[in-house]
Amino acid sequence: MNTIRNIVGWIGTTLRLLTYNKVGFIGFLGVLLILLLSFLGPYIWPIQAVGNTGEIFEPPSALHWLGTDDGGKDNWIQIVNGGKNVIYASLIAALVSTFIAVTFGAMAGFLGGWVDSIVVAITDIFLTIPTIPLLAVLASFITLNNFTFLGLLLGVLGWPSLLRAVRAQTFSLKERDFVEAARALDLGTSHIIFKEMLPNMMTYIVISFALGFTGAIYGQIGLILLGLVPFDSSNWGVMISWGWNHGALFFKDSVWYIMSPIVAIALLQLSVITMTRSLEMVFNPRLRSGG
Amino acid sequence: MATTLSTSPISVFPLAKKQSWARSFLNSYLARKVLKTLFTVFVVTTLTFFLVHLLPGNPIEQMVNQLVTVQGISPKDARDQVAALFAIDINQPLYLQYFEYLGKTFRGDLGNSMLSQGTTVSSIILKFLPWTIFSVGIGLLLSFTIGMGLGMLMAYRRDSWIDHVLTVFASIFSSIPDYLIGLMLIVWLGIQWKLVPIGAMRGSLSPGVVPGLNWTFISDAFFHGALPIGTYFITTIGRWMLSMKSSTISTLGEDYVTVARARGLKDSRITTAYVGRNASLPLFTQLAISIGFVVGGSFLIETIFVYQGIGASLGGAIARRDYTLMQGIFLVITLSVVFANFFADLLYSWIDPRIKLGSQS
Repeated sequence: MNTIRNIVGWIGTTLRLLTYNKVGFIGFLGVLLILLLSFLGPYIWPIQAVGNTGEIFEPPSALHWLGTDDGGKDNWIQIVNGGKNVIYASLIAALVSTFIAVTFGAMAGFLGGWVDSIVVAITDIFLTIPTIPLLAVLASFITLNNFTFLGLLLGVLGWPSLLRAVRAQTFSLKERDFVEAARALDLGTSHIIFKEMLPNMMTYIVISFALGFTGAIYGQIGLILLGLVPFDSSNWGVMISWGWNHGALFFKDSVWYIMSPIVAIALLQLSVITMTRSLEMVFNPRLRSGG
Repeated sequence: MATTLSTSPISVFPLAKKQSWARSFLNSYLARKVLKTLFTVFVVTTLTFFLVHLLPGNPIEQMVNQLVTVQGISPKDARDQVAALFAIDINQPLYLQYFEYLGKTFRGDLGNSMLSQGTTVSSIILKFLPWTIFSVGIGLLLSFTIGMGLGMLMAYRRDSWIDHVLTVFASIFSSIPDYLIGLMLIVWLGIQWKLVPIGAMRGSLSPGVVPGLNWTFISDAFFHGALPIGTYFITTIGRWMLSMKSSTISTLGEDYVTVARARGLKDSRITTAYVGRNASLPLFTQLAISIGFVVGGSFLIETIFVYQGIGASLGGAIARRDYTLMQGIFLVITLSVVFANFFADLLYSWIDPRIKLGSQS
């Protein structure tokens, strides 16, 4: 009974904290909506194999909410079905880059000395490599429809700036009174890292994750746009790439087809970035009293 | 990070006699920075060499296969022919090719382009790089100056409607991917509203226009560069606005601003000489760093607008597996990032005397 009450209470507090920052809450709702549509929507609006060739590049109507494409397929259905893989690959990328950034950033900041020097040197080199051109080269190794590998690739190149932020945060936390007190009490390194420092770094970790996610979306859609990632199914990036490569972009009536995925991606990016404001509120207790 | 510095009198005087010249040179901030920079360039060059050569779809093998199937030459003769064409020994092990490449690069010889025969990589880079520097440079300068002005305005009028409206715009434009903004410019300005002639604006110059200091050339360069410049402007201005706003707000709280007010100085003088100058300090380093990413960042934008800069040539080189051109452009990109960072470090200590090089990270 007690645990259930605790969980309900925790959910209530979290929800209340999420609504604290209005802009952030709108972002949170946006992310929630896009996730629901992309992962549950395909069951309500399954993908069409063939379109109706009598309805090419139609404007929005009650039947076709976002109009139709060059083959008479419904744009709304394509948008609903086209987000899943993009989001999946970006989540993998965000997990990988956050993991690398937090593990090595915290290690470098906490241990200092030669460990820090090595981590910083490697980070500096990775920061110098131009990510998008390098991805364009590496994309040649991606096999058809391999979203997991695409996500790993994006994640392996996406950590350097996140690592710098985590390292700086660890450095400043290490000097705080409560960590020094824990050290004076000889509570052990693992206690200091996991019980004292990690809870204070949650904000950074969550924001790193969100930034890693948006960065991965940027790189991924860019690669697909250039036609460097082989796909046979449609997704938001493939839709834009198709419109661009086949000249549909330059056709006046195609505006609903080309703008739908662009707006979908822009909304996702905006929602994730504004959501971080609410997440800050949830994970950083010090911000709460200030409003 | 670093603690020793030869520039400060404390570390030079008492230790000068003990340390040899070489050691004090190695300990100096500048020398270590230079060595680190060179090391970074070396590592990235090595990395790109092997990466490029590991790519599937080797152009040499493709050409050999083509000669064998189309012209019916024996594989051995075909290989000899291709080797003669590219002036390289294709049977050489990769590591030997690497050392040869390193030696040549060190002497400033980037080799010949593999697919545009008879053209050197350096000449291709020299032909396309100015256009990228021009378009990104103008875009960044415009967004930097206007963004700083708007950021200060937002800080002075904070919590007014103008601050809220500008903040919303800044957040929106800095979170939408730049190439999507570029595509939207094409769709709306070019196709839907027909405000600009998209087709005629492709490329970096109209045919027949010769570079020179005349109105025809300059106006034509701006005509073709307008869309890339506009995209760089829209996508970077938000960041400058938000940085300048927060920087100005923190400067406004400084004691010397309060003192200047108490002394009865004119508001305009406080705004320019006291607040503006100090608040813009951190932004100049950010600008120096972002100039370094110019070349790498132009990759997608130039491809979208078919603007013939270094980014678009890199796209072509990757697609056609032109090894030497790819290596050359990657080297240029790396050098620009590395030197921009180096320059930003120097700039930082020069414009803000409170920060001594190497004393604090």
